[in-house]
Amino acid sequence: MPIAQNLSNALVLASTYILMAVGLTMVYGVLKILHIAHAAVYTIGAFIGLLMFGWIGNFWLALVAAMLASGVVGVLIYRATYFYMLDAPRIVPLIASIGLFVMLTDLLQKDFLMGPYQKAFPAGGAGMPRIRTEYFSITPKQMLVLVVAIVLITILYLVQTRTRLGLSWQAAAMDRDMAAAVGVNLNQVVALNFFIGSALAGAGGVLVGVYNNSVFATMGDLVSYKAFIIIVLGGMGSVPGVIVASVVLAIIENFLVASVGYVLPRDAIAFLVLILMLMFRPHGLLGRE
Amino acid sequence: MSGYIISIAVFVGIWVSLALSLNILVGYAGQVSLGHAAFFGIGAYTSAVLTVRYEQSFWVGILAAILVTGIVGAFLGLPSLRVRHDFLVLATMGINFVVVAIFKYVDFFGGAMGLVNLPAPALLGLSFRGGPAYLTLVWIYAGLTLLVSWYLSQTWAGLALNTVRIDEEAAEAVGVSVPRFKIYAFVISAALAGGAGSLYAHFIGSVFPDTFAFVESIAILSMVIVGGVGTLRGPIFGAVLLKSAPEFLRFAQDYRFTLYGALLVLMMLFQPMGLLGKESWLWNLARRRFRRAPSSALAPEEVS
Repeated sequence: MPIAQNLSNALVLASTYILMAVGLTMVYGVLKILHIAHAAVYTIGAFIGLLMFGWIGNFWLALVAAMLASGVVGVLIYRATYFYMLDAPRIVPLIASIGLFVMLTDLLQKDFLMGPYQKAFPAGGAGMPRIRTEYFSITPKQMLVLVVAIVLITILYLVQTRTRLGLSWQAAAMDRDMAAAVGVNLNQVVALNFFIGSALAGAGGVLVGVYNNSVFATMGDLVSYKAFIIIVLGGMGSVPGVIVASVVLAIIENFLVASVGYVLPRDAIAFLVLILMLMFRPHGLLGRE
Repeated sequence: MSGYIISIAVFVGIWVSLALSLNILVGYAGQVSLGHAAFFGIGAYTSAVLTVRYEQSFWVGILAAILVTGIVGAFLGLPSLRVRHDFLVLATMGINFVVVAIFKYVDFFGGAMGLVNLPAPALLGLSFRGGPAYLTLVWIYAGLTLLVSWYLSQTWAGLALNTVRIDEEAAEAVGVSVPRFKIYAFVISAALAGGAGSLYAHFIGSVFPDTFAFVESIAILSMVIVGGVGTLRGPIFGAVLLKSAPEFLRFAQDYRFTLYGALLVLMMLFQPMGLLGKESWLWNLARRRFRRAPSSALAPEEVS
């Protein structure tokens, strides 16, 4: 029983990782920018979701609103900063994104926004059923995370493989200049890229907020560091890689904590994995050299 | 001078040393590190463990701090041999987290409660606790850091580091061993930060893990970037500005990290080389002012 239960818990954890990391890897894929401020978008998503939920009382509407708002924030970040740095040395957008992240997280902690406290997000399971079998059980909240994540990732997959936008995105990821030369509207593709990636991160923020029944200004920090580990594991810029890496990391974390207990906090273990990966397999589990 | 002003000046001195030491890594060798607070912390903890647990004097503590941090720096610099740019930033960030986690979860280092009751330095029976004596000590150390930075920039090693920063392949092609000089940069930068850590620990009299967290690395990097990366004046100016501003401006105190973050973004948008960096607007203006005066004074003589 513990194995099946651990596995299902790991899948829930992995879903939240995927939503967060997919946006990062999409941005990296096209712009080769490590979008550290993505963590702030995730927190903003959770915050707006909570506000809207308190206001309308309907979880699904709040989720959609949070996704739209996060998407807009993501595009604004791009247009206000990275847009002007595309031809600069890579250290320039990198430092700008560190700055953005620090600034947004600090601002979010101020009293006129979220304040330094944890806030409850009492959406429950949003009407999801509870699944209980002989081997494992899934709570309504876990069900909610799984269902929303699977639906969103499926939509993303369809958009990326079946639409013109998806093809342009793939072309731009392969070679930006070449894509522009064959008529891909880069500005549009990159902006949509930010919109979709940020909207997914916002959804991730809302789901984690509901799942832990808590939303707070620094909730993005840990997840974002995890997301870096995941995009490195997955091979930077690869969406399927992110999905595999999220599942792998979530399983390792769950089983390690279940069997070994605490030697170091599990986040430190995750970082050790990151450093070792960078040392010995910098192109990721699935990435090519 | 009041005690308050002295302690601000002590902190500014320590952070000037930190910014200058990070500058060797980022400005000279071009290796962007988001883990400098880890070296700062390793220095502070080395000194604290030696003086509190083994009852050594401050002088042993600071020398050991410089030595140990330098050695650790060589090991923690290893990722830079494999990865560049963004990946190195991630690796150094990871190192910072792991180091803080070790301080926090290993009892030998005092855990979350830290280590307390560090002795003040003493020389010939005179204590340096607080006051102008400690301030002098800190600024002597900052001066040493400056001297090392300046000397390094004048040597062959300094030129080699420049080549590594500008083009690694070209550096290898002209016979500069890139791995060796990257590790040199890590060792020197870490060792200098370690000494600053020791000075910080003995001034405060205690060490806690969270002082050396990731955000402090960002703060130190901000000082280097805002001042002007790769120069000597830049990191000094950046550290003095960013470390003292929160003490004098109430707004800067409450919004310290908003300010740091916004400054980083604005600098990258408008002055990527820093306020006083090479070819920056402010520095060019100052230089033009400075140049015009002597040249006009010389002009008549030349005519006659």
